[in-house]
Amino acid sequence: MAHFDTTTNAGQLLAAASGGRRRRGDRVFSNIAVVAAVTILALLVGVAAFLVAEGFPAFTSSTAELPNQESFISYVAPLAFGTVLAGVLAMVIAVPLAVAVALFITHIAPARLALLLGFFVDLLAAIPSIIYGLWGIFVLGPAAVPAMRWLEEKLGFIPIFEGPASITGRTMLVVGLVLAVMILPIISAVAREVFSQTPRKLQEGAQALGSTRWEMIRTTVLPFGRSSVISGAMLGLGRALGETMAVAIILSVSGGVTFNLIGQANPSTIAANIALNFPESSGLAINVLIATGLVLFAITLATNFLARIIIDRAEIK
Amino acid sequence: MEGRKLKDMLGSESKPGTEAEEGRNTMSQAGPVTETSSRPEGVGAPARPAKTLEAKEVNLYYGDFHAVENVNMTIEPNKVTALIGSSGCGKTTFLRSLNRMHELTRGATVKGSIQLDGEDVYGGGVDPVAVRRLIGMVFQQPNPFPTMSIYDNVAAGLNFNAGKIKKSAKDEIVERSLRGAHLWDEVKDRLGRPGSGLSGGQQQRLCIARATAVSPEVLLMDEPCSALDPVATLAIEDLIGELKKEYTIAIVTHNMQQAARASDNTAFFNLDESGKPGHLVEIGPTDEIFTKPKKKETEDYVSGRFG
Amino acid sequence: MTPPPADAAVLSTRSLFSGEGSRGGSLPSWAPWGAFVGAVVFCGLVEAVLGWFTIALMLVFGCLVAIVAIYAWSRPVEGARRAKDRAVTMAIVAAFGVAMAPLISLLYEVIVRGAAGISWEFFTSDSRGVVAGGGAAHAIVGTLVITACAVVISVPIGLMAAIYMNEYGRGPLRRALTFFVDVMTGIPSIVAGLFAYALFELFFGPGIRMGIMGSIALTVLMIPIVIRSAEEVLKIVPDHLREASYALGTPKWKTITKVVLPTAFAGLVTGVMLATARIIGETAPLLVTTGVVDSMNADPFQGRMQNLAVYAYNEYRSPGVMKQASFDRAWAAALTLILIVMILNVIARLVYRRYKTEIR
Repeated sequence: MAHFDTTTNAGQLLAAASGGRRRRGDRVFSNIAVVAAVTILALLVGVAAFLVAEGFPAFTSSTAELPNQESFISYVAPLAFGTVLAGVLAMVIAVPLAVAVALFITHIAPARLALLLGFFVDLLAAIPSIIYGLWGIFVLGPAAVPAMRWLEEKLGFIPIFEGPASITGRTMLVVGLVLAVMILPIISAVAREVFSQTPRKLQEGAQALGSTRWEMIRTTVLPFGRSSVISGAMLGLGRALGETMAVAIILSVSGGVTFNLIGQANPSTIAANIALNFPESSGLAINVLIATGLVLFAITLATNFLARIIIDRAEIK
Repeated sequence: MEGRKLKDMLGSESKPGTEAEEGRNTMSQAGPVTETSSRPEGVGAPARPAKTLEAKEVNLYYGDFHAVENVNMTIEPNKVTALIGSSGCGKTTFLRSLNRMHELTRGATVKGSIQLDGEDVYGGGVDPVAVRRLIGMVFQQPNPFPTMSIYDNVAAGLNFNAGKIKKSAKDEIVERSLRGAHLWDEVKDRLGRPGSGLSGGQQQRLCIARATAVSPEVLLMDEPCSALDPVATLAIEDLIGELKKEYTIAIVTHNMQQAARASDNTAFFNLDESGKPGHLVEIGPTDEIFTKPKKKETEDYVSGRFG
Repeated sequence: MTPPPADAAVLSTRSLFSGEGSRGGSLPSWAPWGAFVGAVVFCGLVEAVLGWFTIALMLVFGCLVAIVAIYAWSRPVEGARRAKDRAVTMAIVAAFGVAMAPLISLLYEVIVRGAAGISWEFFTSDSRGVVAGGGAAHAIVGTLVITACAVVISVPIGLMAAIYMNEYGRGPLRRALTFFVDVMTGIPSIVAGLFAYALFELFFGPGIRMGIMGSIALTVLMIPIVIRSAEEVLKIVPDHLREASYALGTPKWKTITKVVLPTAFAGLVTGVMLATARIIGETAPLLVTTGVVDSMNADPFQGRMQNLAVYAYNEYRSPGVMKQASFDRAWAAALTLILIVMILNVIARLVYRRYKTEIR
């Protein structure tokens, strides 16, 4: 029997009481969706809350109670310094390369090749960080030693190349290089996206004026993509700041704050420090490590906010 | 009118192999596929008396913006009512308020009452979802569900909303709807193929079949032919002439000739100036509106002095 | 722009159209290659003479010199603007090469070194009680279990949250959610691990280690990725399909489950697979949650568990009596991991290509 027999009078409208069941289905489903959304919020709040709770003792304990009788600030300061140093170094190396890679793929390479190349660059992003760590310490480190020695000899007057050059290659410079390789695909993906979306009219306008390819890129593609590239760079920086394993494996740690990039005594990063010390720690030491984790979280949050401000400012212009 | 002669010529026979539509069809099976309407062999449900749709003091808003004001009109059963007027005068907004689609836009509100055979579809306690089963809609851009076959597209309304139906009953409804949409002969051998593989005109007829499969009382059509070529357009207009035997039809069109060809009554909407609400200027039998309109505005529009 | 050359009056239209530059000349088509090879050889020779020869430096300096060389070569022949264009192009290509070099080196090293550690034993036995030798079977099982648990938790929550944001969300809750998902994408992986540790420590006391803790940590990392990609895919489903469904008298939730989700299906699957590939190789959060263990354990709620990444790290950090063998095994684990990740990526993209619904 046809279930839509509406030849009876339109009072069926109100009596179409499958309305009741339908309303329930809608309510249930939308409730589930809201619950999921709230769960996410709760999760993030939970992360912050638990970390603060567990890290709190480290802030409140007196110096005598802390491991090594060292105040929390003096413990975390060199770590924070190392974190930022490694991150900034990685960004400085990666951004120009990423922009060049993106320009190559979007404007110079032939179209079919471009697709393949993009795929390969994205592969870089998929490689787990532990592998970068192993590669860094077994391959890149030793290979970089002669270069670092050369830097010490010829450019040693510059503080960052002060030396003495490490003989194992486990230096901040190598760490910076490895981190740069890790974050390059992220920045390059963002840059590729925006460069390929440069409006044709802009580009053709420049070409119609008789500009060379580079001139066109310089006057249309780069300005158009500037804020996106900055945003990508900050994304990459955030990733580099939080990177653990590559640093933990490669870096030879023994010290405090120094700008010497090629030496043996390097500050560790917060993340690597946690990874190296956590498994064997107990008691207050764990609280201290968690507290440093909080500091790291704060740094990455600040980086993200900074990125957002820069983007918004650039877009308003 | 010229339009009618052309329609008669095309309507009396199916002409295989002459339309450009076929080229697009990748699934030709038993011979080329055409856009002309193939006459069904006296099929389909017998004509049944459909319902009247009445609008009383209907005012439509988008947030604070008053889009349409004070519409009072009757859409007569088993007749085609065309809503015409220049762009932005509110005819589509009004159409969408008839099946409670207007309120799906955020902030959109409705004042007034719209009655289907005396029952207010905006009454308290009325489920808009139920309303939409009784008042169906076909859109400007043909939009068959891309993940579904032709069969499943037509049966979509049933699959989504009815309880368990026997396969044989479903088959019958699908065939009836496709025949009613003048599409059965063209697709009966490939009901399992995706709906997106059809030409534009066929897709629109598929959407019409989909809308009629749930046996609504009223069919609303929002510029159903504006995305189609002239041959497909005439096929659809022909179809509309058939459909009115079973349904009450309201069709928005910005093509005056189409209104003249295909409708029994015509309602003319207009805007005083941009930013003001649209309103109904005049409604009446199509012949009168086009030859002896009561208002000067109407006469100016239909004779092409503006619009 | 550079001032016109002195013999501007002699410019012929033909030379302008043939793009030969203001001086009317043109470099041979092999010029860029020639400049590059020449520069590299030159630098190599200089280095050899001066006594500090290394391949890396030779290439780096070779690139720099090549850029200068092509500019110097082109400028008198083709004019300053074209010369600059060539130089910059050379720089970009060189930069691309520099960027690709690590990838090639890395893949090469992993394959070569990893092959040394691959053996039947590697895949079938664990490391319990061995002083030398042993395999990674427990790590492989651990990887599967931990990752599977993370996926099972993340996908439903992430998908429903994305549905909420795209189909229902309005106002403050939605804005807050967008903001928080943004923040979550920036959580360092070790911090996610610390959170999972802290959470379980509250209920079970310190020193607790369990497979499921690792899954929770991975969930924190995975959910924002799933939400982001699901949101993108849902947004692409055109509104007119939803409208067509509503016009048939379909309630909202059925429209979502029967029209929107099937249309977005391929994209959703791809997003989940890519997110899985991201977290499957995570080490840091697992170091602080699931710990290091030598024996096989497939129960996520009982005792330590290990995944391939942590295994590789451990073999490196604490090699057995035969150091090289341990290192070999670390590389073998790395190779296995890379293969799994690559396969997931490739399948994800193929699935998308094959099953995506063409939307006009």
